[in-house]
Amino acid sequence: MNWNWSVIFDNLPQLLEGSLLTLELVFASVLVGGICSIPLAIMRTSDNWLVRGMPLAYTFFFRGTPLLVQLFLFYYGLAQFEAVRESILWPYLREAYWCALIVFTLNTCAYTTEILRGAIQAVPQGEIEAGKAIGMSRFNLYRRIIMPLAYRIGLPAYSNEIILMLKGSALASTITLLDLTGMARTVIARTYMPIEIFFAAGCIYLLLTFIFVQCYRLFEQRLLRHQRISRPA
Amino acid sequence: MRRIALFMAALLLVSGSVLADKIRIGTEGAYPPFNMIDKDGQVAGFDVDIARALCAKMDAECVFVTQDWDGIIPGLLARKYDAIVASMSITDERRKAVDFSERYYSNSLGLIAKKGAGIDPKNLSGRTLGAQRATIAADHASAMAGSDAKLYDTQENAYLDLNSGRIDVLVTDRLPGYDWLNSDQGQDFEFIGDAIDIGDQIGIAVRKGDKLRERLNRAIEAIRADGSYDRINAKYFPFSIY
Repeated sequence: MNWNWSVIFDNLPQLLEGSLLTLELVFASVLVGGICSIPLAIMRTSDNWLVRGMPLAYTFFFRGTPLLVQLFLFYYGLAQFEAVRESILWPYLREAYWCALIVFTLNTCAYTTEILRGAIQAVPQGEIEAGKAIGMSRFNLYRRIIMPLAYRIGLPAYSNEIILMLKGSALASTITLLDLTGMARTVIARTYMPIEIFFAAGCIYLLLTFIFVQCYRLFEQRLLRHQRISRPA
Repeated sequence: MRRIALFMAALLLVSGSVLADKIRIGTEGAYPPFNMIDKDGQVAGFDVDIARALCAKMDAECVFVTQDWDGIIPGLLARKYDAIVASMSITDERRKAVDFSERYYSNSLGLIAKKGAGIDPKNLSGRTLGAQRATIAADHASAMAGSDAKLYDTQENAYLDLNSGRIDVLVTDRLPGYDWLNSDQGQDFEFIGDAIDIGDQIGIAVRKGDKLRERLNRAIEAIRADGSYDRINAKYFPFSIY
């Protein structure tokens, strides 16, 4: 076959421009989704079935349907309703960017909620009892004992979720956004060189994941430094 | 005696089919309004009407064979039928495998916008244009907008966003666009400006070197001259698509 390197280098600036949008979407949705997941995860561990059930319905829907379907329903589906088009939210919902951001946030928030819920439930009972024994308030118990421990327990699983989100963000291209994948497909439509361009896009995704994994490992080592076993020399 | 009668009957059948000059036409039957299956299960549409008119001019009997699009050229080469009348664009790629008649219609691009939106097709700067990705329409959309047009995976998604107002103008193949405008979803929309010529010509494919090609060309000329082409055209489109 005829491998063409120059088509990759010629279009690299555009692919990098697309990568910026990909990073922006992933960073913003993971940040907001991560913050929103905290109260939801605490609700999921409640003894009250109603408080427990509401976030369950939400996470069940977002974990039980494909991201592509969520994106299409939100972007194309909502816009078909006159009421939505006339609402004050339309200036935002009109933009593919905001639709993608909202759906990605809701999606990653659902997964993060369940990761954190599992982690909260894995906090050793003894530590919670110790907190109670010295008379900590419920708020302090969560702030000083349960949440810090839960974060450390959930940390490894959470990095997986962020990587999945990075790759899932490729679906933004289906609603006209020119993220890394969208940019690649647009370049392909012009150059008719799908193998070279997708190869380049794949390399950029790999590079982004590699950088993320390295940073996350340092972060994890710092937070989990109490668990490190000091090996005899 | 009975044997002879049978033999005579068989001879008559064979010679009959030879005399009537049967031409088998391959078509897809899934591209309205050009070729489709009507409610009685018969092939119908612009392509089919044209093929019937051509056969009448050639004093031939036409038999239609339906075949899925991706196997339509292999079917021709395998002699399942003798000509493809299925809205096939004449391309260099296809010319390597088959011969084409002269065009029997041409496809052009059109701009669709909301009725009464007052969009000037000559000045589209500041408007949001959309088109299906990897089509000729998409290239034109980007050039006309002077910026990036919104590109869709399917034509249906582009129609949805035209309907919701996310795009002001859709650049599309004119004839399928015309079909959409006549559907329930397209009621509030219209073509703006003139058709844009992209040199996309639709012809009849035959096997390489087949003499049928010249006969078809003469027949196309004949139906163009005697007005039967225009009558068929008018049945489907209020403007000439030749």
